Formats: sequence, structure tokens, C-alpha cells
Amino acid sequence: MDPIILFFLFGILAGVARSPLRLPSQVYDFITLVLLISIGLKGGVELSKLSFSALLPQITTVLLMGFILPLVAFPILFSMGRFKRADAASIAAHYGSVSVGTFAVAVAYMSSQAIPFEEHVALFVVLLEIPAILVGIVLAKGLNSETHWGKIAHEVFLGKGVILLVGGLIIGWIAGPQGVASIEPLFFDLFKGILALFLLEMGLITSSHLSSLKKHGVFLVCFGIIMPVASSVVGALAGVFLNLSIGGTAILATLAASASYIAVPAAMRISVPEANPTLSLTASLGITFPFNIVFGIPLYYYLSGYLHTII
Amino acid sequence: MNTLNPQSSDHQLLTIITEAVLESTLVEEIEKLGANGYTIMDVRGKGHKGVRNAGWDANANIRIEVICGSDVAESISVYLKEKYYNDYAMVIFTVDVNVMRPEKF
Repeated sequence: MDPIILFFLFGILAGVARSPLRLPSQVYDFITLVLLISIGLKGGVELSKLSFSALLPQITTVLLMGFILPLVAFPILFSMGRFKRADAASIAAHYGSVSVGTFAVAVAYMSSQAIPFEEHVALFVVLLEIPAILVGIVLAKGLNSETHWGKIAHEVFLGKGVILLVGGLIIGWIAGPQGVASIEPLFFDLFKGILALFLLEMGLITSSHLSSLKKHGVFLVCFGIIMPVASSVVGALAGVFLNLSIGGTAILATLAASASYIAVPAAMRISVPEANPTLSLTASLGITFPFNIVFGIPLYYYLSGYLHTII
Repeated sequence: MNTLNPQSSDHQLLTIITEAVLESTLVEEIEKLGANGYTIMDVRGKGHKGVRNAGWDANANIRIEVICGSDVAESISVYLKEKYYNDYAMVIFTVDVNVMRPEKF
């Protein structure tokens, strides 16, 4: 098993055993900053080699997927799960959006197995982050004038995740492969070590959400596992449709399967305050994140290979 | 003016402990309601919405302190209570304080 996954399990165990272990919040902030910029930079360097016309179909398809996934999740949560409208909309938004942590683990998985993939997929992370938030808000509130779209746009586009990814993409795109060579030791060479520390903290955070699993019932647990697997099929089909490599398809499938736990919770907390944040975070952090990084990613890779052979 | 013995004024220290996600909105509203300044700290603790241990962004807490006249403290408390108490983790309290340079507030 990849050591970074062991760090995650270590974090969960330490948390469950009530160890006072935790990363200082500034360290955690720094680690996420480095991870987001690394991902952005890598993507940006690859983007500089591609033409916009080649990217346009990919951008459109990925954005479309970002709008569709929460629309599929919402009715399941609302009618089958019997959640309140606001809660169903908020959880749907979490599942339509993406988790950068899961993406980073998928990238590390591909690299350690020497599976080639299109490195510019980092762009998809940014693209998928946003539509689900908009859909979630509209599902919860309808299209009324009370929603402060300016404030929400500020939160979404200038939030830590999106701005660092976009900043990294642009810097990588401008600097190109030779340009970023000088900063490679920090951002690329140390990537896996930093990811290991990040996953240690994620394990600790996940363990703090495990206790609320019991309270929220079987439905949420099932949803947290079945929804990502179903979404991954959509993502993998999109990858095949876009002619991505098997590795690229697997990463797009992983992105579709992942659920947000940074950008969406903040945006939902501000714009749909009546939604209970514990529900969506329990599902996305307590169930889907661990499922995806331990079992999901190898499964989505297998799925992508399978779809490539039959289509 | 004798700054060591300030004329005990009607100043109040208004303290708000709430979710960090509200910071930018609250700051705007507090200033609009008449506060001339504020101090913000990152904090952690436990309340009826459970442990908020500031382990990461979504359960980070802040403590906002405002020194202001009792009328401003009153209007801020009433406004925030009305707008946020239902949906957010929020505690508000006030204490009377003596300040050294009352003209600042």
C-alpha cells in the first residue's frame, strides 16, 4: 500500500484513540497552499503546450458534468433520503463539486504506478469546483432576489482553493517547463512528502467526523459510497468521450466521484445557513473521502481501463 | 486630561464568538452599525453546536471584540441576534469597561 494512504490511516487511528496530535493550523494552511500551487503549476505547464481550440470541448464537457451531478444527487437525497430541501441541496452541492485532496492522491497514485495521464487535468479541478455551488444555492432557495450573488461570487472565485489553483495554473502557463525548473524542488520534488502530512491531518479530521456517523443513519453512509461510484461512471464516460488516456479518464472519474469539503461548505454556510453543515461534512469527510482514497481510486482506474476496452 | 483616571464612561466591551466563515460579513455590519473599530482572534471551544476545535476551516471560530457606546452595543446585539442566532453558532455578551482614551471610541 502506498505510504501516503498509511499516513491517512495513521491519522484516523491517532484521532480515534483521542491522541492530542494535530497539525498547527498555520502548518496545515501552508501545506494546503503548497499542494494547491503545485497542482496548479503542473497543470499550467501542460496547458502552455495546448491550444484553446483543443481544450474547448473538454472545458464544455467538464462544466456540463459539474451542473449535472448535483442535479442527479438532489432528488435522491430529497425524496429517497427525506432530507429537508436545504440539506438535500447542500449535500448535492458537496457531491457535485470536487475535493482537491482526493485529486492529489489520484495524481500520486498514477505517478507511483507509472500510469501516464494528461497533466492539464488540474484545470478540471477549478472548472468542477464552481457549477455545483451555483446549482446547490438555486436548488435550496430558488431563483430569488434575496441571494447575494456578489458575495457568493467573491467567496467562490476568491476563496483559497480556487485562487491558488488559478494562480498556479497561470504562473505555470506563463513560465512554461523551463521556467518552473528552478522552483521544482519545493513544489514537485517534495509533493508526496507534503501530501503525506496533509493526509495525516485529513485522517485526524476524518476521525472527528466518524462519531457523528451513527447519528445520521444508514442512508447517509450508503449515499456516501454509492453516489461517488455512480458519479465515477459519469466521469469515466466523459473521459472516454473526450479521448483522454486511461490515466486521464481515471482522474476525471475520481474528480466526479469526489466530494468537496473546503470551498462548498464555506459557500453553503454563507448562502444556505439553514442547511445543517454536520450532515454534508459527515458524508463528504467521514465516508466519501476515505472511501475514495483507499478503495475508490484503484476502482476508478480499473473502470476506466474497462470502458476503454469496450467502447 | 488625567489619562490614568478616565472619567468612567458608558463604554461597553461587546464580545461576539462565532463561526469564522462569517468574519467578513460581520465586520462590515458592525462598522455600519456604528462601531469605530474591532479586534478579532481565532479561538476554539465547545458550545451547544458541539466542539469547534478550529482543526480546519469549516469549524474554525473567531472572537470579535468591539468597544463602543452602550447604544451601539445594543443595536449590534439586537441586529446580530435577529439575523444569526437561528442558524449559526454565536454567543454575544457585553461588559462595562473603563477605557483610557474614551474619545477614540
